[in-house]
Amino acid sequence: MTVLIDKKSKIIIQGFTGKMGSFHADEMIKYGSNVVGGVTPGKGGSMHLNLPVFNTVKDAVSETGADASILFVPPAFAADSAMEAADAGIKTCVAIVDGIPSHDMIRIKRYMRRYTKSSKMTLVGPNCAGIISPGKSMLGIMPGHIYKEGRIGIISRSGTLGYEAAQQLKNLNIGVSTSVGIGGDPINGSSFRDIIEKFETDDETDAILMIGEIGGPQEVAAGEFAKENMKKPVIAYIAGLTAPKGRVMGHAGAIVSAYGESAIEKVEILKECGITISKNPSVMGDTVKSVLEKI
Amino acid sequence: MDIHEYQAKKILSDFGVTIPRGGIVYSPENAENKAREIGGSKWVVKAQIHSGARGKAGGIIVCDSPLEVAQATDKLLGKKLVTNQTGPEGKIVNRIYIEEATDIERELYLGLVFDRSSESIMVVASTEGGMSVEEISKEKPETIIRSKIEVAVGMQSFQARELAFGLGIEPDLIRRASETIIGCYKAFSELDATMVEVNPLVISKQKQILALDCKMSFDNNAMFRRNQVSELRDKTQEDSKEVFASDRGLNYVSLDGNIGNIINGAGLAMASMDMIKLAGGSPANFLDVGGGATPEKIVKAFKLVTMDKKVKVILVNIFAGINRCDWVAEGIVEALKKIEVNVPLVIRLAGTNVEKGNKILKESKINYIEANTLEDAANKAVAALNK
Repeated sequence: MTVLIDKKSKIIIQGFTGKMGSFHADEMIKYGSNVVGGVTPGKGGSMHLNLPVFNTVKDAVSETGADASILFVPPAFAADSAMEAADAGIKTCVAIVDGIPSHDMIRIKRYMRRYTKSSKMTLVGPNCAGIISPGKSMLGIMPGHIYKEGRIGIISRSGTLGYEAAQQLKNLNIGVSTSVGIGGDPINGSSFRDIIEKFETDDETDAILMIGEIGGPQEVAAGEFAKENMKKPVIAYIAGLTAPKGRVMGHAGAIVSAYGESAIEKVEILKECGITISKNPSVMGDTVKSVLEKI
Repeated sequence: MDIHEYQAKKILSDFGVTIPRGGIVYSPENAENKAREIGGSKWVVKAQIHSGARGKAGGIIVCDSPLEVAQATDKLLGKKLVTNQTGPEGKIVNRIYIEEATDIERELYLGLVFDRSSESIMVVASTEGGMSVEEISKEKPETIIRSKIEVAVGMQSFQARELAFGLGIEPDLIRRASETIIGCYKAFSELDATMVEVNPLVISKQKQILALDCKMSFDNNAMFRRNQVSELRDKTQEDSKEVFASDRGLNYVSLDGNIGNIINGAGLAMASMDMIKLAGGSPANFLDVGGGATPEKIVKAFKLVTMDKKVKVILVNIFAGINRCDWVAEGIVEALKKIEVNVPLVIRLAGTNVEKGNKILKESKINYIEANTLEDAANKAVAALNK
């Protein structure tokens, strides 16, 4: 999806010279992503993985023309790094890191209100697998080879459940236009609604698979948006049928604390919004296939 | 992370909220002395456990003499208290809070939570204190008033005043009520809380505004910058298997069923549990070993799941990405050399190098049932249970 990343996207790595940053930068380069450099404050002017290192995101943007970034910085500094990216003019930023305090996430989102819609960075994550447009570019940590090129958009909170879906689709010879991991935190950079809106206008996507879970209002908000505004079919699976109320299920955001947040309630509401439900996680691929056959 | 009532009240009092005089004790002798020290003629003995609804469970006892305070303390200490929030196993009472009794005129409700829709802090108040917020929203929804607080600028006086007037507080007390509400907001925002609930917030016959009971939860992700809060953690109030897991960097939730799970990724773990349920089984736990699923984590995971005596079958479901299936398989084989597993084991590997991974498992001497898909894994786990 050219709205987020494509072959031409110039990617920088924030937290470039660390262990995680180095490893995943290398994986992204091997996949074919156009990584142009990275940022590690204090190491500007040096080279790493044969690419230039900068002290600030601003320097990296002015020297390389970077328009996308991925954060591999520890949770305590992640909010600062995301705001730095937004201020330097980065268009798409992925925060992989798990463990950013919720109060920090709220602060990032308030900070970003200073930008107009057209100049505002799209933040994806945190606590996510990132973005991949198969065959074009990967701005994330997923195993690229499980994604076949194609015309289904995937949006998932969970990383591994998103992989599961991509593989089920591949086994049915169905490909993916872009897969976006929005992350498992209670407050995230982009919501399901933000991303399905982008898929609706993406001419490389025919249908959208949304993989949600218990907790929070986002799946329902996306469903209501789809009902009012979308022509492309949306298929959804909601994980956590067996999750007890009031317990955090791994993801900080996966907790049922109000009406409409359990898997059963979300499924009911989404059905009313005209969304096709994958009745279990084993048939996500089959459900997409049956919807495609009806188009 | 949850804390005890007395700890939450201490925090509120640091933020300018008035609380009844009281103190924490660990023995009946202590309790008697504490009651004399507090003074007055009526005391409340409160069992400190991480749960609400303690009163109905017999955890709160009103006493008329220091001797009665000692007896009540003796009765509660070391006991397990079962409330409608603790589950049938209950929670152990190791600490008792002794407090002066309050002459209550009105009981109000005040709660602060994150509102995930507006991504702001939501203050919820009601005139019906003493009931749980779920009961209030069911039975007296018209009494609930809300105020959204913009975190960038914090709570303003007018917002606190509106809430106070909305609660029907008399004009002479509005200022103090506003200060109390703002104190709770500051505790929430300055300490990385995720929930602050004062229930009831009372107006006493002496016209004081007091936090009579308080619950607080904090963002685990922010504990790196909240040392004073993280020191308040009381592991005796948590499930021992969950403590074992969190100390080892695993995400674990103990459940009622008998199929143990070892899975990478929270979403895939929930999905696998759903499949188990659809196949007619019931999960014994939620366990996310993390996207990485390193051999060390797999060893720890087997240790944890085999600790649970309810477990009759173990289901391993790993979707390997950057970490390859062959590496994960080696981890499983290593783990099974160190840990004895006496129940049927179903393993499903998927993702990178799945053939190599399955080959390693087959060629090792481990006794297991191979599964290919999510559905296959769940069906085989349930079938193994019934054998």
